[in-house]
Amino acid sequence: MENEAGALSRVAGLFSARGYNIESLTVAPTEDPSLSRMTLVTRGTDEIIEQITKQLNKLIDVVKLMDMTDGPHIEREMMLVKVHAEGERRNELKRLADIFRGRIIDVTDQNYTIELTGAGDKLDAFLQALDRGVIIEVVRSGVSGISRGERSLKL
Amino acid sequence: MELTGAEIFVRSLEAEGVEFIFGYPGGAVLHIYDALYKQDKMKHILVRHEQAATHAADGYARSCGKPGVVLVTSGPGATNAVTGIATAYMDSIPMVVFTGQVPTHLIGNDAFQEADNIGITRPCVKHNFLVKDVRDLAKTIKKAFYVATTGRPGPVVVDIPKDITANKAEFSYPDKIDMRSYNPVQIGHTGQIKRAVKLMQTARRPILYTGGGVILGDASAALTELAKIMNFPVTNTLMGLGAYPATDSQFVGMLGMHGTYEANMAMHHCDVLFAIGARFDDRVTGHIEKFCPNATIVHVDIDPASISKNVKVDVPIVGCVDNVLKAMLHEIKGNDVHSNAVALKEWWQQIDEWRSKDCLKYERDSEAIKPQFVLETLYKLTEGDAFITSDVGQHQMWAAQFYKFDKPRRWINSGGLGTMGFGLPAAMGVQFAHPDATVACVTGEGSIQMCIQELSTCTQYSLPVKIINLNNGYLGMVRQWQEFFYQKRYAMSYMESLPDFVKLAESYGHVGMKITHPGDVEGALMEMLKLKNRLVFMDFITDKTENVYPMIPAGGGQNEMILV
Ligand SMILES: Cc1ncc(C[n+]2csc(CCOP(=O)(O)OP(=O)(O)O)c2C)c(N)n1
Ligand SMILES: [Mg+2]
Repeated sequence: MENEAGALSRVAGLFSARGYNIESLTVAPTEDPSLSRMTLVTRGTDEIIEQITKQLNKLIDVVKLMDMTDGPHIEREMMLVKVHAEGERRNELKRLADIFRGRIIDVTDQNYTIELTGAGDKLDAFLQALDRGVIIEVVRSGVSGISRGERSLKL
Repeated sequence: MELTGAEIFVRSLEAEGVEFIFGYPGGAVLHIYDALYKQDKMKHILVRHEQAATHAADGYARSCGKPGVVLVTSGPGATNAVTGIATAYMDSIPMVVFTGQVPTHLIGNDAFQEADNIGITRPCVKHNFLVKDVRDLAKTIKKAFYVATTGRPGPVVVDIPKDITANKAEFSYPDKIDMRSYNPVQIGHTGQIKRAVKLMQTARRPILYTGGGVILGDASAALTELAKIMNFPVTNTLMGLGAYPATDSQFVGMLGMHGTYEANMAMHHCDVLFAIGARFDDRVTGHIEKFCPNATIVHVDIDPASISKNVKVDVPIVGCVDNVLKAMLHEIKGNDVHSNAVALKEWWQQIDEWRSKDCLKYERDSEAIKPQFVLETLYKLTEGDAFITSDVGQHQMWAAQFYKFDKPRRWINSGGLGTMGFGLPAAMGVQFAHPDATVACVTGEGSIQMCIQELSTCTQYSLPVKIINLNNGYLGMVRQWQEFFYQKRYAMSYMESLPDFVKLAESYGHVGMKITHPGDVEGALMEMLKLKNRLVFMDFITDKTENVYPMIPAGGGQNEMILV
């Protein structure tokens, strides 16, 4: 998308005006500062996805659009989880973070903050594996996507 | 040399060849008005309400094809314009609306007369721009006109903070603009065009269903030639009337909710549907599951998002309608393609049988004035050559049914949004574009009161618009639905305490006439047409309870019409 004020609200406005659902949305400038890249996750029948694609393409600020699910692609999401980490639990949480290839990035005598990156279902699985009572706070970045191999979203 | 933003604004509009600016002043745009005062190339038309400025610019654009231009102040000026912007958006009308904005440093402070114009108009514009630096002003205006007039046209808003109009910058108006994110398609896909032509050859019960896109794309000539060569029946949408000559024998009338029996039956029974510059609106399709059950569908449209939006299409062709139709004609002539004459003979016989129902018939010896009769007479006396604008309601449907448009851009109405109040200001815009033409506004006593203040604008600019008020004393279209679907519970559809329209017109300096007997209709209309240079307000007291027929009730299929 053009890296212009208002571009994001045009996309968000289109989804709400036409009754489409946004599951997640991430956006940030690219190596070319005049462009920003958005990854948007939505759900729908083939017809709805076709309409969404066409409507997005119609927005003047959208420069190029690609449906990642048309080919092999990688999805990544980052999550930060703050957990109660006292006594016995500290080791257990460390082990669990290791299994999921997470990293503990902040430590106090009561808390850990764990950073975890992966596909959405891996992050879900990690949360499942934690005891409910342990979690203090969860923040997820939303999905970023890129296609595998030669295919690319580039001007 | 450096110019102020206001001067840049004026010079940019001049460079765009703008003749008229429809607007209303206010604090945020005073620098611009001062710069306008000092020039004499463009004419600023002062309306009485910003809604009317947008409708007038819209009527101008619809009738001559050039973009309409609007200038309003910040806050209430801009919010008043929104209805007109949304109206233009729904009908894809090219328009550039300049809104004033509070000075840059006050934006977001709830400053006096501040409104978020970009946010408010976003869902009803093709695009909008906030100008944040005077050095971007000329380029932004260029972009605005480019976006508004190319591809599928539409309104574009340019929001200009007051300080931008005082700041100075070097002026140069770009003659070309390149936008990497905006490249409207022009030429249709050759393979798809060949497939469509193949279907024209094999179709046994074809129909051309054509919409506003044919008019916006100036493709009437190509459409007419194609229909003639193939001998196909043609139906127009409400927005497409005039795209194909209504007096031609191959025209089967308007389709849709109040379309003709023959048009809707032909749609229902066709085997190949050629949809051209039309968008399968719900007022056209009726119940979507029952729509054209046996048809292979070809759809030509400039907007890919229109294709397969409501109805799944078999042969999609994205491109400029005129280009695509010409490519089809080229293919047909080059390869000596013919339609199936034997099958078409049978098809026409069937259509003529439907036609013989005479679905637009009405009672001719009634004591009360029948609205249909007024429109028939207007058609006869103007020899079908007037520009007709309309408001929204029963009168609009009767105008569409009974005034036979042979040329494009003659029928000016709010089809998509259905905006009451559109007719009179739109007629002003049409009259500015065509100063010598007969411009009539067909309206109702409900609708006309929504922009009645524009009678004053008509006085100021001596606009000889003819107002045909079909006064049934009811919000007639609402009353009709209440009669049919709400057991005659006429909730709020009765217009009490109407003004004396004759006196009202006279108070603005116009001529008013009240007509109550059918026998006086023709004479009064003749008198009206003789008053070439005057606005004449014709208050026809019509049958209060006349209904629009035929009608496809909501949820009905095209073959399930209620006939009179
Ligand atoms: C701004 C606006 N408000 C409400 C409506 C809903 N509406 C559609 S037709 C109609 C009645 C119009 O009455 P009138 O202008 O007298 O025309 P008639 O149907 O009687 O010919 C109404 C209220 C509308 N189309 N536009
Ligand atoms: Mg009425």
